[in-house]
Amino acid sequence: MRKNRYSIFSLARNAVSYHQDWSEAWHSPEPAPSYDVIVVGGGGHGLATAYYLAAEHDVGRIAVLEKGWIGGGNTGRNTTIVRSNYLWDEAAHLYEKSLKLWEGLSQELNFNVMFSQRGVMNLGHNLQDMRDIYRRSNANRLNGIDSEILTPAEIKAKVPAMNVSSDARYPVLGASFQPRGGVARHDAVAWGFARAADARGVDIIQNCEVTGIRREKGAVCGVETTRGYIGAKKVAVVVAGHASVLADMAELRFPVESHPLQALVSEPLKPVLDTVVMSNAVHGYVSQSDKGELVIGAGIDAYTGYGQRGSFSIIEGNVAAIVELFPIFSRVRMLRQWGGIVDVCPDACPIISKTPVPGLYFNCGWGTGGFKATPGSGWVFAYTVAKDEPHQLNAAFDLERFTTGALIDEHGAAGVAH
Amino acid sequence: MLQIECPWCGARDQEEFQYGGEAHIVRPEHPESLTDLQWADYLFNRANVKGVHAEQWCHTAGCRRWFNVLRDTVSYKILAVYRPGERPPGGEE
Ligand SMILES: Cc1cc2nc3c(=O)[nH]c(=O)nc-3n(C[C@H](O)[C@H](O)[C@H](O)COP(=O)(O)OP(=O)(O)OC[C@H]3O[C@@H](n4cnc5c(N)ncnc54)[C@H](O)[C@@H]3O)c2cc1C
Ligand SMILES: [Zn+2]
Repeated sequence: MRKNRYSIFSLARNAVSYHQDWSEAWHSPEPAPSYDVIVVGGGGHGLATAYYLAAEHDVGRIAVLEKGWIGGGNTGRNTTIVRSNYLWDEAAHLYEKSLKLWEGLSQELNFNVMFSQRGVMNLGHNLQDMRDIYRRSNANRLNGIDSEILTPAEIKAKVPAMNVSSDARYPVLGASFQPRGGVARHDAVAWGFARAADARGVDIIQNCEVTGIRREKGAVCGVETTRGYIGAKKVAVVVAGHASVLADMAELRFPVESHPLQALVSEPLKPVLDTVVMSNAVHGYVSQSDKGELVIGAGIDAYTGYGQRGSFSIIEGNVAAIVELFPIFSRVRMLRQWGGIVDVCPDACPIISKTPVPGLYFNCGWGTGGFKATPGSGWVFAYTVAKDEPHQLNAAFDLERFTTGALIDEHGAAGVAH
Repeated sequence: MLQIECPWCGARDQEEFQYGGEAHIVRPEHPESLTDLQWADYLFNRANVKGVHAEQWCHTAGCRRWFNVLRDTVSYKILAVYRPGERPPGGEE
């Protein structure tokens, strides 16, 4: 199926020609007049949806329409923390499915997504934090998800750079630790899914913005785009921060609000931090990339925004928290800082759902924490679109829950929400 | 960063204010007569406009009063500020 399998042999073969003859990882075809399924949004989730549709379901012709370049949205802007230690059963099962897919993803896609299971630590700074940590950790273990509780001494042994002294402004009293959690290479996830989907016949069409959702007798029949009208039997929308904008094109109102979320990276350092540290109470999280940069994530701005940038005061508070935890980082210089637009639901859980419009499906509301869900989200969404009904893993994450009241309240419950 | 013009105190740094979400959402007078769908719409659904957004802010670290702001959610530029009970300038909502 794949013409160009990446392997030690292809590497050696291409070395002979000084790596000048690698073929493109995916094509850039002109849009066909119509498709069986159109996926709107070429982020990780959209590309994963297209990949699993092509790999595991028989739905015919598939296209991914991306208004900019693939992975240029939150996929390429996030701090790449992957974990599955969510409190509630529904969320724990969904994120754990995703984590299991991560564990085999580089092999499945024949693309190194640099998934590194270096562990994720969620710190507790007061008695209530610790009670919540024990509760969540126990819930995780009952769901078969790995979770350990660490004492300050054990934290210090793992992360010598952290200040765990009891006279800190927010003393570290303990932590939960998920050894199977970690980080991955964000761009590689988009590229790997794109290449594998392309190899299975998916058309990946960039610079193609969807501007309207056309319906006939109430059901979806295609989309208006900046490259003309394209017909479709089914339209699957996965546009993260732009969910409300696309919903509006089909006269739907969603319980989603879009907020700026920021991150920053430092100059490269020698290895100093070999796990991921997150703190809910002081709101900072940090890991070290393979290039040596500290990757630091901040919180959202309270106001809604589509501008892909946030307030400086948020960064200031965030950096203050990181320096409090890691005094030796105080003189590290920051290289870059940026923002993404995250789509937040009232219960901090995603919507992966059919809609009142037949043939129209939405996958959104991942907010500040959807990168970790990329393979799982694509997997359940592909199932939902192909079968026109949810998989049992995403049945609880439907649009209906805001009417029935069956919310899955992960706000606060899941540690820092990233 | 925003500089917000409190209708009572004048221009102040964004840090003094608290965001209060979409403006002009009126609590239904007879919730018991609404369908679940209508109640959910009031409770959870939001316009989440990309463009000019009417929203509420509170001058928490100042006069502690609420007011309304018209803000462009792409450029973040504040277009107008008006008091509770007043209509947004330009008749827009
Ligand atoms: C700073 C930051 C840090 C984060 N940290 C983490 C973390 O550590 N761990 C974690 O799990 N999650 C994290 N997240 C959240 C995570 O990035 C997102 O939940 C996830 O990437 C969403 O994936 P996506 O594919 O849906 O979105 P995106 O990658 O944003 O893809 C959506 C795509 O839709 C396209 N689009 C929009 N409108 C249209 C249109 N009209 N027509 C065609 N295409 C359109 C966009 O251009 C975009 O490429 C973070 C987010 C940010 C911003
Ligand atoms: Zn004031």
